[in-house]
Formats: sequence, structure tokens, C-alpha cells
Amino acid sequence: MSDRLAVRKTFKLYLGGAFPRSESGRTYAVTDARGAFLANAAWASRKDARDAVVAARGAFAKWSGATAYNRGQVLYRVAEVMEGRHAQFCEEVAAGEGLSAGRARAVVDAAVDRWVWYAGWTDKLASVLGSANPVAGPFFGFSTPEPTGVVAVLAPQRSSLLGLVSVLAPVLAGGNTAVVVTSRERPLPAVTLGEVLATSDVPGGVVNLLTGDAGEIGPWLAEHDDVDAVDLTGAPPAQAMELERLAAGSIKRVLRPPAEEPDWSADPGLSRMTPFLETKTVWHPKGV
Amino acid sequence: MTHVLDPGTLAAGTRPGPGPGTAFDDVTRSDAALRAFLHGLPGVDQVGAEQRAATLGTRSIKTTAKAWAIDTAISMVDLTTLEGADTPGKVRSLAAKARRPDPTDPTAPAVAAVCVYGDLAGVAREALAGTGVHVAAVATAFPSGRASREVKLADVRDAVGNGADEIDMVIDRGAFLAGRYLEVFEEVVAVKEACGGAHLKVILETGELVTYDNARRASWLAMLAGADFVKTSTGKISPAATLPVCLVMLEAVRDFRAATGRQVGVKPAGGIRTTKDAIKHLVLVNETVGADWLSPDRFRLGASSLLNDLLLQRQKLRTGHYSGPDHVSVD
Repeated sequence: MSDRLAVRKTFKLYLGGAFPRSESGRTYAVTDARGAFLANAAWASRKDARDAVVAARGAFAKWSGATAYNRGQVLYRVAEVMEGRHAQFCEEVAAGEGLSAGRARAVVDAAVDRWVWYAGWTDKLASVLGSANPVAGPFFGFSTPEPTGVVAVLAPQRSSLLGLVSVLAPVLAGGNTAVVVTSRERPLPAVTLGEVLATSDVPGGVVNLLTGDAGEIGPWLAEHDDVDAVDLTGAPPAQAMELERLAAGSIKRVLRPPAEEPDWSADPGLSRMTPFLETKTVWHPKGV
Repeated sequence: MTHVLDPGTLAAGTRPGPGPGTAFDDVTRSDAALRAFLHGLPGVDQVGAEQRAATLGTRSIKTTAKAWAIDTAISMVDLTTLEGADTPGKVRSLAAKARRPDPTDPTAPAVAAVCVYGDLAGVAREALAGTGVHVAAVATAFPSGRASREVKLADVRDAVGNGADEIDMVIDRGAFLAGRYLEVFEEVVAVKEACGGAHLKVILETGELVTYDNARRASWLAMLAGADFVKTSTGKISPAATLPVCLVMLEAVRDFRAATGRQVGVKPAGGIRTTKDAIKHLVLVNETVGADWLSPDRFRLGASSLLNDLLLQRQKLRTGHYSGPDHVSVD
């Protein structure tokens, strides 16, 4: 038995490309599926959420201005780097969600594949969702999808990795930047995902991961004037309607929570990308 | 570090007089006397000053105190635009913002002044007529101060003639660092005279003076020469206004009042971008020199982007939710 001291990890937030502790100084204990202590995670406060929105807004111009092709490459790179951490993700998912080793591996595989799937979509969205419109006049009218802006995402509470990737990747693929409140009980895979994002060419601020309580931070994000859309997937069911009401104050796009947390392994389709895309239509005069 | 200078030790044999300069006529009589005086000022404890400023920066200001601090800070802002690309139109829009910083909320106070280059002072004066918002103009070959004295004085007269009632001059840092203190002193005196009735703010450009000792000496030199305000920086050099350097200058104006009875203002400028920074400065003022300085006549914040952050925080306090940059005017 070695008498080497254990090097324990501090689980922090991922905010503006850096890994700060919560501004509030708070932490909370995270347990595995059987209730045994796993780690202390940072417990994000409303001020962390405010800082995250500032970071996301700052990063929006560069990320939305990047070519769709480049965004696809970056998202594919996330999958590559995640693959290198496969074992770590398996361990965290198995502990947090109480899955067998084999089942956890399948979940991580699916999460990596989901990045690849959305990476492929970035430069196809305009062709699939955009159109050349038939117009009754001497104009050429065409429509293209544009990112909505800063999207606040309340990530699923149960599926801590596959669910998280399934709600985050579609937001990024469209060119939005994201402020994500992770699963409260199972935040550890999200912290590791933050480390993956930090090392895979995703510009700082494009993704901000706050570990903590969606019920506490959600209202501040829903009400925030500088957030353009909210995804309420992981909101406490009793609070969802109130969050939607708060979001109406600044006319946000709202993606309502499903009645039941869905099976994330199913084919996602376009349903999670289109709510965070705006259609821009241009009328161009036709020369003779 | 927080030692108050005893007037008796400052100018041996002289009593504090009622007006500027009278207690210190001796020390400005020759270059040697001025050097002896400035180098005789107690040295600044660098570690102590930085620690004191950092400690005061941790004060938590919340709710009603924060609301008061935000409104006070807004009323102290010198809304500044000092770009080569400035136009009369930009100055006019800045003036409109100065009189009514938040168009959605008439209870937001007006700022203290608009700070522009001298040639645009006339535009600012016209746009601000009858509002009580001052027009400050930078002069004396701002920001470098590298011009002959005639040119600098002409620059000042021109700005005053255009309608500026506050002049922000830069000192000749080259001369100061070379130890030609009397030359700097005489220049400030000459500029003060050229200002006529306009208030004179003397920019020390502490980022180029390097040490806190130099900041203290330059503050004293400027005050002896008749400055109405001492100002940290041009905003063109980094580091600009830092909390410790502001602390050193506040101590200098406090000691100067104790010695002469004349109250000189302080203006940190450059690098103050957030409400938190502004509130830290207000705490520093209150704890160092007291409430006498907590007014736009004695303390200013030179800034451009700060005002929008103050307004965002003000909106947050008013509405209860976070605001965004789309809800304040773009400069």
C-alpha cells in the first residue's frame, strides 16, 4: 500500500472559459446513486448566472459569426476530445446514475456520437430550414436560419451526460451561446464536459456550465433581459409555468419541458435546434 | 501609512495660511527648495497602501446603500470621449446622455461633466447650456504633454474660449521624472492663470510616474501650484487609475487641507468600468478623507463605459431582474 497523498479534485464551474469557484463560495455534497458521498460541487448563485450571461453575450459575436463549416469542425473536435476521456465519463455516469459498467459505456458512446451528429448539422441547417421563396413580384426572396442569441438551458435532472449533451449541442450547432444549469444531483459529468470543452477549440464563454439548483437560478435566467431564449427541460415541474411567465417579460423564446424526461437515446431530429433559430427573410430586387 | 502630516514639519517656521500657497511660499522659491520639500514628504508604504485599498475593496454595499452609491457615482461621472474619431454629432449625443443618462427613468441623476477635446468644447457647451452639467476639456497637448509652453497655454486659452469651464491638463512627466520639479510647477501655475475662471484638473499620469512616492510628490506639486483637482490618468496609458494610487492621492489632498485649509478634489480616470469598481472608490473616499469629499465638486470618476454599467445596476435595483446592454444607450 502506497502512502502517497490523494490528489483530490475540486469541482468548479465552467464560466467564460475559466474554472472559477462559485462567487457565493457555496458548495454542496454530491452523492452517488446509492447515497454514498462522491464530491463537493460548486453551488452556483444568481451572480454566477449573471456573470455567465455576460460571458455568453461576449462570445456570441465570434461563435455566431464563425462559418457553419468551422462550427461543425469545432463540435466534432469536442467528440474527439471526449472520446479520450471515455473511461472517466463512464465512471462518473455509472456512479451518478447507478448504471452498470456496460450500460454506462453505451451512454457515453451515445453522448459522443450525439456531438458528431450535431457537428454534421451545422452547415446543413441553412439548406434544410432555409428556402428560396416564390414571390409574386420582380424579387428574389430567400429565408435563412439565424441563431437566436444567448440561450439559458436548464439541463435534464436525470440523464447527466447524454441528456446534457442532447440539450447543449443543438443550441451550439445553430450558432447560439449557452448558459447551462446542470443536473443538481448529478453534476459531475458536466464538470468533466466543461474540461473537454475548454480543450477543444470551443471559444471561452460559448458554453458556461453552472452546477447547482435549477429551481434557484432558473427564475433569474428566465427574467434576465439579456437572455434571448430558455430551454426549461430540467426545470422543476411545479415551477415551469412561473418560469414561462417570467420569460414573457422580455419576450424570450421558451422551449417547454416535456411531461416526462424523454429517452435521450432516441433519434433527436431537428426538434431541439429549430426553437433556437430565427428565420431571416431577404427580398432582393431582380435586375433585368 | 495613514499618518497625517503635521503642518509644522512641512514648512518649518510657517503657519498654515488661509489661502493656497501661503504656507508654502518658501518651498516653491527655488528648484532646490521644492526638491527638498517633495523628497521630504514621508515615503508611501507600498505594501500597506495596496493592502489597505484591497481591504476597503471587500466592503459589501447592498440594497439602499447601493442605490445611494450608484446615484452618487452617476452624479460624479465625467462622461468622456477622447478619440481621434470624435465628431460634433458624437459629442452632442454624449451631451444628451449626460443630461438624461437613462431615458426610461427621469429619476436617474445627470452626470457631473462631459469631457472632450478642446476643439469640441464649444459643441458640448451649446448642447449643455442651462443644464448644470459642466464642460471639461483636455488641454496642454493631451495626452503626452509634449509641446512647448506657448502651445500648451494657447491650447488652454482656446478650450476656455470655446466654453470649457473645466480644464484637464497633463503635467510634463519627462521633466518631473528628470527632477525638474520647478519647471513642472511653473507650468501648472501658468496654466492655472490661463484658465481664468475655469477649474483646473491636473493629470499626473500615475502609470508613467511608476512609484507611489512619485504620485504623492506630484499631487503635492500640483496642489501647491493651485490645482483644483488632481487626476490620476489620461486613460491612454495602462495602468490607469488603481485603488492604491487613488488612496495615495486622497491622503495627499487630506494632508494638504490640514496644512493649508484648501480642499482639492480627486479624479481617478481610466480603467473604472464596473459599478463594483466605482463603489470601491467611494468607500475609499469615505474611509480616507471622509464625507466632505463625497460630492461631485470634490470627487469625480473619469469614465465612458462605466455609466452604462451603473445604469444597468440601477435598472436591476428598480425592476428586480437583471438588465442587458440592449436597455441602455450605445455610446
